[in-house]
Amino acid sequence: MSSADERAELGVESLNALLDTILKRYGYDFRQYSQASLRRRLTQALPRLQCKTFDELKDLIVSDGDAFRKLLPQITVSVTEMFRDASFFRALRELVVPHLRTYPSLKIWIAGCATGEEAYSLAILLKEEGLLDKTLIYGTDINLNALEKAKAGIFSHQQMRQATEAYQKAGGTKEFSSYYHSDYSSSVISATLRSKIVFTDHSLVTDSVFSEVQMVLCRNVMIYFDRQLQDRALGLFDEALCRRGFLAIGPKESIRFSKLHKLYSVVSESEKIYQKGI
Amino acid sequence: MNSVLPEKLKNIGIIVIGASAGGVEALGNILASVSSPRRVPIVVVMHLSPDEKSLLPELFASKTGLLTREVEDKDPIHPGVLYFAPPNYHLLIERGEFFSLNVDEPVNFSRPSIDTFFDSTAEIFGSRALGIILSGANDDGARGLATIAAAGGMGVVMDPAQAAVATMPQRAAEECPGALVLGAEEIRNLLNEF
Repeated sequence: MSSADERAELGVESLNALLDTILKRYGYDFRQYSQASLRRRLTQALPRLQCKTFDELKDLIVSDGDAFRKLLPQITVSVTEMFRDASFFRALRELVVPHLRTYPSLKIWIAGCATGEEAYSLAILLKEEGLLDKTLIYGTDINLNALEKAKAGIFSHQQMRQATEAYQKAGGTKEFSSYYHSDYSSSVISATLRSKIVFTDHSLVTDSVFSEVQMVLCRNVMIYFDRQLQDRALGLFDEALCRRGFLAIGPKESIRFSKLHKLYSVVSESEKIYQKGI
Repeated sequence: MNSVLPEKLKNIGIIVIGASAGGVEALGNILASVSSPRRVPIVVVMHLSPDEKSLLPELFASKTGLLTREVEDKDPIHPGVLYFAPPNYHLLIERGEFFSLNVDEPVNFSRPSIDTFFDSTAEIFGSRALGIILSGANDDGARGLATIAAAGGMGVVMDPAQAAVATMPQRAAEECPGALVLGAEEIRNLLNEF
Protein backbone atom coordinates (compact mmCIF):
# COMPACT_ATOMS: atom_id res chain seq x y z
CA MET A 1 0.00 0.00 0.00
CA SER A 2 1.34 3.49 -0.79
CA SER A 3 1.80 5.84 2.14
CA ALA A 4 -1.09 7.94 0.81
CA ASP A 5 -3.28 4.84 0.88
CA GLU A 6 -2.03 4.02 4.38
CA ARG A 7 -2.95 7.50 5.57
CA ALA A 8 -6.33 7.09 3.94
CA GLU A 9 -6.90 3.74 5.68
CA LEU A 10 -6.03 5.28 9.05
CA GLY A 11 -8.34 8.15 8.31
CA VAL A 12 -11.23 5.76 7.66
CA GLU A 13 -10.40 3.68 10.73
CA SER A 14 -10.25 6.62 13.09
CA LEU A 15 -13.45 8.08 11.66
CA ASN A 16 -15.22 4.77 12.15
CA ALA A 17 -13.86 4.48 15.69
CA LEU A 18 -15.23 7.94 16.44
CA LEU A 19 -18.65 7.04 15.02
CA ASP A 20 -18.71 3.81 17.04
CA THR A 21 -17.97 5.77 20.19
CA ILE A 22 -20.73 8.27 19.44
CA LEU A 23 -23.17 5.41 18.95
CA LYS A 24 -22.17 3.48 22.07
CA ARG A 25 -21.98 6.48 24.33
CA TYR A 26 -24.83 8.68 23.08
CA GLY A 27 -27.02 6.49 20.88
CA TYR A 28 -26.67 8.52 17.68
CA ASP A 29 -25.88 6.32 14.70
CA PHE A 30 -23.94 8.13 11.96
CA ARG A 31 -22.33 5.00 10.58
CA GLN A 32 -24.50 5.04 7.46
CA TYR A 33 -24.07 8.70 6.74
CA SER A 34 -22.24 9.71 3.59
CA GLN A 35 -18.63 9.88 4.74
CA ALA A 36 -17.38 12.76 2.59
CA SER A 37 -19.80 15.25 4.19
CA LEU A 38 -19.38 13.78 7.65
CA ARG A 39 -15.61 13.89 7.40
CA ARG A 40 -15.73 17.49 6.20
CA ARG A 41 -17.99 18.60 9.04
CA LEU A 42 -16.02 16.70 11.68
CA THR A 43 -12.74 18.11 10.35
CA GLN A 44 -14.16 21.61 10.65
CA ALA A 45 -15.38 20.83 14.17
CA LEU A 46 -11.95 19.68 15.42
CA PRO A 47 -10.38 23.10 16.10
CA ARG A 48 -13.62 24.34 17.69
CA LEU A 49 -13.25 21.58 20.27
CA GLN A 50 -9.49 22.02 20.63
CA CYS A 51 -8.72 18.69 18.97
CA LYS A 52 -6.30 17.86 16.20
CA THR A 53 -7.42 14.38 15.17
CA PHE A 54 -10.53 12.22 15.17
CA ASP A 55 -8.84 10.04 17.80
CA GLU A 56 -8.46 13.05 20.10
CA LEU A 57 -12.07 13.99 19.48
CA LYS A 58 -13.19 10.46 20.29
CA ASP A 59 -11.26 10.51 23.57
CA LEU A 60 -12.75 13.89 24.43
CA ILE A 61 -16.39 13.09 23.88
CA VAL A 62 -16.32 9.68 25.49
CA SER A 63 -16.09 11.41 28.86
CA ASP A 64 -17.26 14.96 28.14
CA GLY A 65 -20.99 15.19 27.46
CA ASP A 66 -20.86 18.97 27.05
CA ALA A 67 -18.29 18.58 24.31
CA PHE A 68 -20.58 16.12 22.55
CA ARG A 69 -23.51 18.50 22.88
CA LYS A 70 -21.34 21.15 21.21
CA LEU A 71 -20.33 18.71 18.49
CA LEU A 72 -23.71 17.28 17.60
CA PRO A 73 -25.28 20.34 15.96
CA GLN A 74 -22.13 20.75 13.89
CA ILE A 75 -22.61 17.28 12.42
CA THR A 76 -26.35 17.49 11.91
CA VAL A 77 -26.94 21.13 11.09
CA SER A 78 -28.79 21.61 7.84
CA VAL A 79 -28.58 24.98 6.15
CA THR A 80 -32.04 25.78 4.92
CA GLU A 81 -34.04 28.79 3.66
CA MET A 82 -37.71 29.55 3.26
CA PHE A 83 -39.11 28.77 -0.19
CA ARG A 84 -35.76 27.36 -1.32
CA ASP A 85 -36.20 26.21 -4.93
CA ALA A 86 -39.04 28.46 -6.04
CA SER A 87 -39.89 26.10 -8.89
CA PHE A 88 -40.57 23.30 -6.40
CA PHE A 89 -43.20 25.34 -4.57
CA ARG A 90 -44.75 26.40 -7.87
CA ALA A 91 -44.95 22.74 -8.89
CA LEU A 92 -46.58 21.87 -5.54
CA ARG A 93 -49.23 24.49 -6.10
CA GLU A 94 -49.94 23.45 -9.68
CA LEU A 95 -49.56 19.69 -9.60
CA VAL A 96 -50.12 18.48 -6.06
CA VAL A 97 -52.52 20.89 -4.34
CA PRO A 98 -55.45 19.99 -6.64
CA HIS A 99 -55.15 16.40 -5.40
CA LEU A 100 -54.70 17.40 -1.77
CA ARG A 101 -57.99 19.28 -1.97
CA THR A 102 -59.86 16.00 -2.37
CA TYR A 103 -58.92 14.75 1.11
CA PRO A 104 -61.18 15.57 4.11
CA SER A 105 -58.10 16.08 6.24
CA LEU A 106 -54.38 16.20 5.56
CA LYS A 107 -51.33 15.02 7.41
CA ILE A 108 -47.98 16.01 5.94
CA TRP A 109 -44.59 14.82 7.14
CA ILE A 110 -41.48 16.93 6.66
CA ALA A 111 -38.59 14.62 7.46
CA GLY A 112 -35.37 16.39 8.41
CA CYS A 113 -37.12 19.73 9.00
CA ALA A 114 -34.09 21.36 10.73
CA THR A 115 -35.03 24.90 11.86
CA GLY A 116 -38.46 24.72 10.24
CA GLU A 117 -38.17 26.96 7.19
CA GLU A 118 -39.64 24.40 4.82
CA ALA A 119 -42.48 23.59 7.22
CA TYR A 120 -43.41 27.26 7.50
CA SER A 121 -43.13 27.73 3.74
CA LEU A 122 -45.50 24.82 3.22
CA ALA A 123 -47.92 26.14 5.85
CA ILE A 124 -48.02 29.51 4.10
CA LEU A 125 -48.65 27.87 0.73
CA LEU A 126 -51.46 25.72 2.17
CA LYS A 127 -53.03 28.72 3.89
CA GLU A 128 -53.13 30.60 0.59
CA GLU A 129 -54.72 27.58 -1.04
CA GLY A 130 -57.34 27.36 1.70
CA LEU A 131 -56.07 24.00 2.92
CA LEU A 132 -54.25 24.85 6.14
CA ASP A 133 -57.29 24.51 8.43
CA LYS A 134 -57.69 20.83 7.67
CA THR A 135 -53.95 20.11 7.77
CA LEU A 136 -51.51 18.97 10.40
CA ILE A 137 -47.82 19.19 9.51
CA TYR A 138 -45.26 17.02 11.31
CA GLY A 139 -41.74 18.43 11.24
CA THR A 140 -39.18 15.90 12.45
CA ASP A 141 -35.40 15.97 12.95
CA ILE A 142 -32.74 14.50 15.23
CA ASN A 143 -31.24 17.88 16.07
CA LEU A 144 -32.98 19.06 19.25
CA ASN A 145 -31.47 22.57 19.05
CA ALA A 146 -32.88 22.99 15.56
CA LEU A 147 -36.29 21.71 16.68
CA GLU A 148 -36.40 24.24 19.54
CA LYS A 149 -35.64 27.02 17.06
CA ALA A 150 -38.25 25.66 14.67
CA LYS A 151 -40.92 25.64 17.40
CA ALA A 152 -40.15 29.22 18.33
CA GLY A 153 -40.50 30.32 14.71
CA ILE A 154 -38.14 33.25 15.26
CA PHE A 155 -36.08 34.53 12.34
CA SER A 156 -33.81 37.49 11.77
CA HIS A 157 -34.86 40.50 9.70
CA GLN A 158 -32.37 39.47 7.07
CA GLN A 159 -33.84 36.00 6.86
CA MET A 160 -37.31 37.48 6.46
CA ARG A 161 -36.11 39.78 3.70
CA GLN A 162 -34.63 36.80 1.84
CA ALA A 163 -37.79 34.82 2.54
CA THR A 164 -39.98 37.58 1.09
CA GLU A 165 -38.02 37.54 -2.15
CA ALA A 166 -38.05 33.76 -2.37
CA TYR A 167 -41.79 33.68 -1.56
CA GLN A 168 -42.49 36.02 -4.47
CA LYS A 169 -40.34 33.97 -6.85
CA ALA A 170 -42.30 30.91 -5.74
CA GLY A 171 -45.54 32.48 -6.96
CA GLY A 172 -46.72 34.09 -3.72
CA THR A 173 -48.95 37.09 -4.30
CA LYS A 174 -50.05 38.14 -0.84
CA GLU A 175 -48.36 40.48 1.62
CA PHE A 176 -45.66 38.24 3.02
CA SER A 177 -45.43 40.43 6.10
CA SER A 178 -48.88 39.23 7.11
CA TYR A 179 -47.34 35.91 8.05
CA TYR A 180 -45.10 37.21 10.82
CA HIS A 181 -44.74 39.90 13.48
CA SER A 182 -41.57 41.92 13.87
CA ASP A 183 -39.95 43.79 16.68
CA TYR A 184 -36.71 45.73 16.60
CA SER A 185 -34.53 42.64 16.68
CA SER A 186 -36.32 39.77 14.97
CA SER A 187 -39.52 38.34 13.54
CA VAL A 188 -41.87 35.62 14.79
CA ILE A 189 -44.02 33.52 12.51
CA SER A 190 -47.71 34.08 13.20
CA ALA A 191 -49.37 31.85 15.77
CA THR A 192 -51.95 30.58 13.26
CA LEU A 193 -49.21 29.05 11.16
CA ARG A 194 -47.29 27.71 14.14
CA SER A 195 -50.36 26.03 15.56
CA LYS A 196 -50.64 23.75 12.53
CA ILE A 197 -47.14 22.32 12.84
CA VAL A 198 -45.91 19.75 15.36
CA PHE A 199 -42.12 19.71 15.63
CA THR A 200 -40.82 16.53 17.20
CA ASP A 201 -37.67 14.47 17.28
CA HIS A 202 -37.46 11.40 15.12
CA SER A 203 -34.54 9.48 13.66
CA LEU A 204 -34.67 8.07 10.16
CA VAL A 205 -31.89 5.69 11.23
CA THR A 206 -33.63 4.04 14.16
CA ASP A 207 -37.29 5.04 14.43
CA SER A 208 -40.44 3.72 12.81
CA VAL A 209 -43.43 5.31 11.15
CA PHE A 210 -45.66 7.30 13.50
CA SER A 211 -48.64 8.24 11.34
CA GLU A 212 -50.25 7.70 7.98
CA VAL A 213 -49.72 10.79 5.85
CA GLN A 214 -50.84 12.13 2.48
CA MET A 215 -47.49 13.70 1.66
CA VAL A 216 -43.85 13.36 2.69
CA LEU A 217 -41.24 16.03 2.01
CA CYS A 218 -37.64 15.00 2.54
CA ARG A 219 -35.50 17.41 0.60
CA ASN A 220 -31.73 17.73 0.78
CA VAL A 221 -31.66 15.35 3.75
CA MET A 222 -30.86 12.05 2.07
CA ILE A 223 -27.79 13.59 0.43
CA TYR A 224 -26.19 13.04 3.85
CA PHE A 225 -27.08 9.33 3.90
CA ASP A 226 -25.38 6.41 2.20
CA ARG A 227 -27.42 4.22 -0.15
CA GLN A 228 -28.50 1.77 2.54
CA LEU A 229 -29.78 4.49 4.80
CA GLN A 230 -31.49 6.17 1.87
CA ASP A 231 -33.27 2.87 1.26
CA ARG A 232 -34.36 2.67 4.88
CA ALA A 233 -35.67 6.23 4.81
CA LEU A 234 -37.56 5.64 1.57
CA GLY A 235 -39.00 2.48 3.11
CA LEU A 236 -40.33 4.49 6.06
CA PHE A 237 -41.86 7.07 3.75
CA ASP A 238 -43.47 4.34 1.69
CA GLU A 239 -44.95 2.80 4.83
CA ALA A 240 -46.26 6.14 6.03
CA LEU A 241 -47.77 7.22 2.74
CA CYS A 242 -51.39 6.43 1.96
CA ARG A 243 -52.09 5.08 -1.49
CA ARG A 244 -51.90 7.95 -4.02
CA GLY A 245 -49.89 9.94 -1.50
CA PHE A 246 -47.06 12.23 -2.61
CA LEU A 247 -43.33 12.02 -2.02
CA ALA A 248 -41.04 14.97 -2.69
CA ILE A 249 -37.27 14.78 -2.47
CA GLY A 250 -34.48 17.25 -3.23
CA PRO A 251 -33.88 18.37 -6.83
CA LYS A 252 -30.54 16.60 -7.05
CA GLU A 253 -31.66 13.42 -5.26
CA SER A 254 -33.08 10.25 -6.71
CA ILE A 255 -35.36 7.35 -5.86
CA ARG A 256 -34.27 5.31 -8.84
CA PHE A 257 -31.72 3.26 -6.93
CA SER A 258 -34.34 2.08 -4.48
CA LYS A 259 -36.33 -1.07 -5.21
CA LEU A 260 -39.42 0.92 -4.25
CA HIS A 261 -39.18 3.29 -7.16
CA LYS A 262 -41.29 1.04 -9.35
CA LEU A 263 -44.25 1.67 -7.05
CA TYR A 264 -44.23 5.40 -7.74
CA SER A 265 -45.17 7.42 -10.77
CA VAL A 266 -43.52 10.69 -11.67
CA VAL A 267 -45.56 13.83 -11.04
CA SER A 268 -42.65 16.15 -11.84
CA GLU A 269 -39.35 14.86 -13.18
CA SER A 270 -37.53 18.14 -12.65
CA GLU A 271 -38.92 18.83 -9.17
CA LYS A 272 -38.63 15.21 -7.98
CA ILE A 273 -42.26 14.83 -6.95
CA TYR A 274 -43.69 11.31 -7.06
CA GLN A 275 -47.07 9.71 -6.43
CA LYS A 276 -47.48 6.32 -4.82
CA GLY A 277 -49.47 3.49 -6.26
CA ILE A 278 -50.80 4.81 -9.54
CA MET B 1 6.76 20.18 -20.85
CA ASN B 2 9.53 18.18 -19.14
CA SER B 3 10.14 14.44 -19.20
CA VAL B 4 8.41 13.78 -15.86
CA LEU B 5 5.04 14.48 -17.40
CA PRO B 6 4.29 11.44 -19.52
CA GLU B 7 4.41 9.13 -16.47
CA LYS B 8 2.15 11.39 -14.48
CA LEU B 9 -0.25 11.67 -17.40
CA LYS B 10 -0.75 7.92 -17.63
CA ASN B 11 -1.80 7.95 -14.03
CA ILE B 12 -4.49 10.62 -14.31
CA GLY B 13 -7.94 9.27 -13.43
CA ILE B 14 -9.93 12.50 -13.15
CA ILE B 15 -9.74 16.03 -14.49
CA VAL B 16 -11.30 18.73 -12.30
CA ILE B 17 -11.83 22.26 -13.49
CA GLY B 18 -12.77 25.36 -11.52
CA ALA B 19 -13.89 28.69 -12.91
CA SER B 20 -16.01 31.74 -12.26
CA ALA B 21 -16.37 35.00 -14.23
CA GLY B 22 -15.24 34.40 -17.81
CA GLY B 23 -15.32 30.69 -17.14
CA VAL B 24 -17.89 29.67 -19.72
CA GLU B 25 -15.84 31.27 -22.47
CA ALA B 26 -12.60 29.79 -21.15
CA LEU B 27 -14.15 26.35 -20.86
CA GLY B 28 -15.49 26.57 -24.39
CA ASN B 29 -12.02 27.49 -25.53
CA ILE B 30 -10.21 24.58 -23.94
CA LEU B 31 -12.87 22.07 -24.94
CA ALA B 32 -12.99 23.20 -28.56
CA SER B 33 -12.02 20.22 -30.73
CA VAL B 34 -11.76 18.00 -27.68
CA SER B 35 -11.51 14.36 -28.69
CA SER B 36 -14.34 11.97 -28.10
CA PRO B 37 -14.86 9.35 -26.70
CA ARG B 38 -12.65 9.98 -23.69
CA ARG B 39 -10.98 7.79 -21.09
CA VAL B 40 -11.06 10.17 -18.19
CA PRO B 41 -14.03 12.00 -16.64
CA ILE B 42 -13.97 15.79 -16.51
CA VAL B 43 -15.76 17.56 -13.67
CA VAL B 44 -16.42 21.29 -13.82
CA VAL B 45 -17.25 23.53 -10.87
CA MET B 46 -18.47 26.86 -12.16
CA HIS B 47 -19.75 29.62 -9.89
CA LEU B 48 -23.37 30.12 -10.89
CA SER B 49 -26.45 31.94 -9.66
CA PRO B 50 -28.05 29.79 -6.92
CA ASP B 51 -31.59 30.56 -8.04
CA GLU B 52 -31.50 29.57 -11.66
CA LYS B 53 -31.23 26.26 -13.43
CA SER B 54 -27.84 25.80 -15.02
CA LEU B 55 -27.76 25.69 -18.81
CA LEU B 56 -24.17 24.46 -18.93
CA PRO B 57 -24.78 20.73 -19.45
CA GLU B 58 -27.00 21.41 -22.43
CA LEU B 59 -24.74 24.11 -23.81
CA PHE B 60 -21.61 21.99 -23.64
CA ALA B 61 -23.30 18.86 -24.94
CA SER B 62 -23.95 20.66 -28.20
CA LYS B 63 -20.61 22.48 -28.21
CA THR B 64 -18.45 19.43 -27.63
CA GLY B 65 -20.43 16.36 -28.62
CA LEU B 66 -19.53 14.89 -25.23
CA LEU B 67 -21.97 13.22 -22.89
CA THR B 68 -22.68 15.85 -20.24
CA ARG B 69 -24.47 15.62 -16.93
CA GLU B 70 -25.34 17.88 -14.07
CA VAL B 71 -24.31 15.84 -11.05
CA GLU B 72 -26.98 14.26 -8.89
CA ASP B 73 -26.31 12.93 -5.44
CA LYS B 74 -24.58 9.49 -5.45
CA ASP B 75 -23.96 9.56 -9.23
CA PRO B 76 -21.16 7.17 -10.15
CA ILE B 77 -18.17 8.79 -11.88
CA HIS B 78 -18.06 7.39 -15.40
CA PRO B 79 -15.10 7.78 -17.76
CA GLY B 80 -15.69 10.00 -20.75
CA VAL B 81 -18.48 12.09 -19.21
CA LEU B 82 -18.31 15.86 -18.74
CA TYR B 83 -19.89 16.56 -15.36
CA PHE B 84 -21.09 19.90 -14.00
CA ALA B 85 -21.59 20.68 -10.33
CA PRO B 86 -25.19 21.77 -9.71
CA PRO B 87 -25.71 25.33 -8.46
CA ASN B 88 -26.19 25.93 -4.74
CA TYR B 89 -24.66 22.65 -3.53
CA HIS B 90 -21.12 21.74 -2.54
CA LEU B 91 -19.77 18.85 -4.60
CA LEU B 92 -17.80 16.05 -2.96
CA ILE B 93 -16.40 12.66 -3.92
CA GLU B 94 -16.93 9.53 -1.81
CA ARG B 95 -14.59 6.60 -1.31
CA GLY B 96 -15.76 4.19 -4.00
CA GLU B 97 -15.48 7.05 -6.52
CA PHE B 98 -18.95 8.46 -6.73
CA PHE B 99 -20.31 11.94 -6.15
CA SER B 100 -22.15 13.29 -3.17
CA LEU B 101 -23.67 16.70 -2.54
CA ASN B 102 -24.07 18.79 0.54
CA VAL B 103 -25.73 22.03 1.56
CA ASP B 104 -23.22 23.42 4.03
CA GLU B 105 -22.58 27.15 4.31
CA PRO B 106 -21.00 28.81 1.29
CA VAL B 107 -17.20 28.97 1.45
CA ASN B 108 -15.87 32.42 0.54
CA PHE B 109 -19.43 33.22 -0.55
CA SER B 110 -19.28 30.31 -3.00
CA ARG B 111 -21.50 27.26 -3.17
CA PRO B 112 -20.31 25.17 -4.96
CA SER B 113 -16.86 25.92 -3.65
CA ILE B 114 -13.97 24.96 -5.92
CA ASP B 115 -11.68 24.60 -2.87
CA THR B 116 -14.11 22.17 -1.25
CA PHE B 117 -14.36 20.05 -4.38
CA PHE B 118 -10.63 20.07 -5.10
CA ASP B 119 -9.94 19.08 -1.46
CA SER B 120 -12.30 16.16 -1.83
CA THR B 121 -10.73 15.20 -5.18
CA ALA B 122 -7.23 15.29 -3.66
CA GLU B 123 -8.37 13.06 -0.80
CA ILE B 124 -9.88 10.38 -3.02
CA PHE B 125 -7.80 10.59 -6.19
CA GLY B 126 -4.48 11.92 -4.86
CA SER B 127 -1.80 11.60 -7.51
CA ARG B 128 -4.40 10.58 -10.10
CA ALA B 129 -5.98 14.03 -10.09
CA LEU B 130 -5.39 16.80 -12.61
CA GLY B 131 -6.75 20.16 -11.46
CA ILE B 132 -7.24 23.15 -13.74
CA ILE B 133 -8.09 26.73 -12.76
CA LEU B 134 -9.46 29.01 -15.48
CA SER B 135 -10.83 32.54 -15.30
CA GLY B 136 -12.51 34.21 -12.33
CA ALA B 137 -12.73 37.20 -10.01
CA ASN B 138 -12.03 35.62 -6.63
CA ASP B 139 -9.44 33.20 -5.28
CA ASP B 140 -11.65 30.16 -4.86
CA GLY B 141 -9.69 27.13 -6.01
CA ALA B 142 -6.20 28.50 -5.27
CA ARG B 143 -5.88 26.56 -2.03
CA GLY B 144 -7.64 23.54 -3.53
CA LEU B 145 -5.20 23.36 -6.43
CA ALA B 146 -2.31 23.45 -3.96
CA THR B 147 -3.97 20.58 -2.07
CA ILE B 148 -4.14 18.49 -5.26
CA ALA B 149 -0.48 19.23 -5.96
CA ALA B 150 0.47 18.33 -2.38
CA ALA B 151 -1.32 15.00 -2.76
CA GLY B 152 0.87 14.23 -5.77
CA GLY B 153 -1.57 15.29 -8.48
CA MET B 154 -1.06 17.77 -11.31
CA GLY B 155 -1.97 21.44 -11.17
CA VAL B 156 -2.62 23.60 -14.21
CA VAL B 157 -3.49 27.26 -14.33
CA MET B 158 -4.77 29.11 -17.39
CA ASP B 159 -2.36 31.84 -18.41
CA PRO B 160 -3.74 34.92 -16.61
CA ALA B 161 -2.94 36.97 -19.71
CA GLN B 162 -5.45 34.85 -21.63
CA ALA B 163 -8.12 34.72 -18.94
CA ALA B 164 -11.06 37.14 -19.22
CA VAL B 165 -10.66 37.79 -15.49
CA ALA B 166 -7.13 37.12 -14.29
CA THR B 167 -7.55 37.11 -10.49
CA MET B 168 -8.42 33.44 -10.06
CA PRO B 169 -5.61 31.95 -12.15
CA GLN B 170 -3.14 34.48 -10.74
CA ARG B 171 -3.99 33.59 -7.15
CA ALA B 172 -3.89 29.89 -7.99
CA ALA B 173 -0.44 30.25 -9.56
CA GLU B 174 0.78 32.07 -6.43
CA GLU B 175 -0.67 29.53 -4.03
CA CYS B 176 0.45 26.54 -6.12
CA PRO B 177 3.92 27.41 -7.45
CA GLY B 178 4.33 23.96 -8.98
CA ALA B 179 1.32 24.45 -11.25
CA LEU B 180 1.89 24.66 -15.00
CA VAL B 181 0.78 27.99 -16.47
CA LEU B 182 -0.62 27.14 -19.88
CA GLY B 183 -2.38 28.98 -22.68
CA ALA B 184 -5.74 27.78 -23.94
CA GLU B 185 -4.24 25.87 -26.85
CA GLU B 186 -1.79 24.04 -24.62
CA ILE B 187 -4.59 23.09 -22.21
CA ARG B 188 -6.62 21.86 -25.18
CA ASN B 189 -3.73 19.66 -26.27
CA LEU B 190 -3.21 18.41 -22.74
CA LEU B 191 -6.87 17.40 -22.45
CA ASN B 192 -6.59 15.44 -25.65
CA GLU B 193 -3.97 13.23 -24.01
CA PHE B 194 -6.82 11.58 -22.13
